Amino acid sequence: MSVLVYTELADGQFKKSSLEAIFYGSKVAAQVGASMTVLAIGSASDDELAKAGNFGATKVLHANAQNLTSENIMAYSKVLSETAKSLSAKIVISAKSSLADAVMARAAGALKAGLVGNVVELPETSNGFKVKRSIFTGKAFAETSINSEVKFIAIKKNVLPLEESANAATVEKLSVDTGSLTESSKVLETIKASGTVSLPEADLVVSGGRGMKGPENWQPLLDLAEALGAATACSKPVSDLDWRPHHEHVGQTGVKVAPNLYIACGISGAIQHLAGVNSSKVIVVINKDPEAPFFKAADYGIVGDVFDVLPKLTAAVKAL
Amino acid sequence: MKILVCISSVPDTTSKISFEENNTKFSKGGIQYIIGPYDDYALARGVELRETLGGTLTVLNVGLADAEPQIRKALAIGADDAVRIDAEPTDSFLVASEIANYAKDKGFDLILMGRETTDYNSGVVHGIVGELLGIPSFSPVMELKLEGNTATLAREIEGGKEKLEASLPLVLGCQEPIAEWKIPNMRGIMSARTKPLAVIAPSSEALTNIDKFELPAPKGACKMISAEDAGSLIKLLQTEAKVL
Repeated sequence: MSVLVYTELADGQFKKSSLEAIFYGSKVAAQVGASMTVLAIGSASDDELAKAGNFGATKVLHANAQNLTSENIMAYSKVLSETAKSLSAKIVISAKSSLADAVMARAAGALKAGLVGNVVELPETSNGFKVKRSIFTGKAFAETSINSEVKFIAIKKNVLPLEESANAATVEKLSVDTGSLTESSKVLETIKASGTVSLPEADLVVSGGRGMKGPENWQPLLDLAEALGAATACSKPVSDLDWRPHHEHVGQTGVKVAPNLYIACGISGAIQHLAGVNSSKVIVVINKDPEAPFFKAADYGIVGDVFDVLPKLTAAVKAL
Repeated sequence: MKILVCISSVPDTTSKISFEENNTKFSKGGIQYIIGPYDDYALARGVELRETLGGTLTVLNVGLADAEPQIRKALAIGADDAVRIDAEPTDSFLVASEIANYAKDKGFDLILMGRETTDYNSGVVHGIVGELLGIPSFSPVMELKLEGNTATLAREIEGGKEKLEASLPLVLGCQEPIAEWKIPNMRGIMSARTKPLAVIAPSSEALTNIDKFELPAPKGACKMISAEDAGSLIKLLQTEAKVL
């Protein structure tokens, strides 16, 4: 019996969500009395990979090859399913991301494994294998049994508070038969905002709505985000109007976020927007209209003009 | 061009969610069902491609009989025929293997669906279908153009997008702005009544099942801070909420 954790590397480092998956995996392994292995695909130093030990891993398998790139989802999923097979892994865990969703889906398909995503707690394993997952875009939860022999679960962000130790993991190279990996596609162009905090990974998010009145007025919001080290986001009308890029759109049909802190500036709080942010730990709402529905979902509220309030918040953050 | 568009039938996104029978069943009373919002984008792009390139567009739903109004709507929007596989769509693997079993020997060039359904949000059905059929899958796709056997597509990645080229056949999970939602016209609605809708018995078994539902704990009261004293919020976030 073994637990396998699929992780992702960005710029040579584990993504924060992957460290959360490692920590979660170590808790699951302890609970069911199994060993845990971490699979890391891509380029990173052994020192960085050994850091998986800080979060409960003892062993990291590292696969790195020329044609093993993130756009080659079929190759990634093949490495994952083959590794799971060779380790006889019965539980495969990842953090949710757009790449992980695709890789986990294909690997689960190959292994005929039941797959449950958006898991929000440790599994219940005393009688069967049950996980609690978020459904209806955060409006409800479902306790779900996985009945297949191999079980795949993808966890949401911030499921468990991370605990760090000084332990290091051993790192082993995983030899990959790259000849068997088919190239399913060719990348023509990658357009990526650089130097900004990744929205799905962010612990702090500052978001703007139509109350910002136009793309030229975004500076005070960007200033607060910069002072906090936060990612920036927006509501659907704002991205529909092209005031902000589409990948910043948070809501039912956009990115779903689960940061520690979500600050909404000039967003009224339509139910479709709330669906994308209701997993946030703490929500702050700044709106001119005291009747804005978002205040009902908020922990802290300020009724006032965003252009008056934002600079005050930025100044207070800088004074910390 | 032979296109298959898979649609889900889901509660309207503004629905109030509640459960019954000791929280073991979703309460359908008063709920308005719609074509999954992401599936609706996939359908719209499928209809556009069929209109410009010719061929056929089949719409498929894994669901119970109460999904038929949504399937008829898809026919009214422009699908040529429809298939409903008579199973409750609560398990991703079951839905995917029903789609794959139906599609496997029919030679579809494109299998389109939404990036995820808005009820269970797993976002994995397209990937499992691709694996079961042994063809590439991509998601979330925001642009799709075809030239001969080559598809040029853009998918959203964290913080941006990636333009890719891939050969058909493909399975794609779609999202805006791949196309604008289409509203059926009167002629479409009339013709949809007589378009074929086949009902097929399911052939696979669910690997997961839902034992119980739960609603989130109600949110406590919102603490209000005056705009004049806005800066004090930051101290509260640090010392009281402990998020800074």
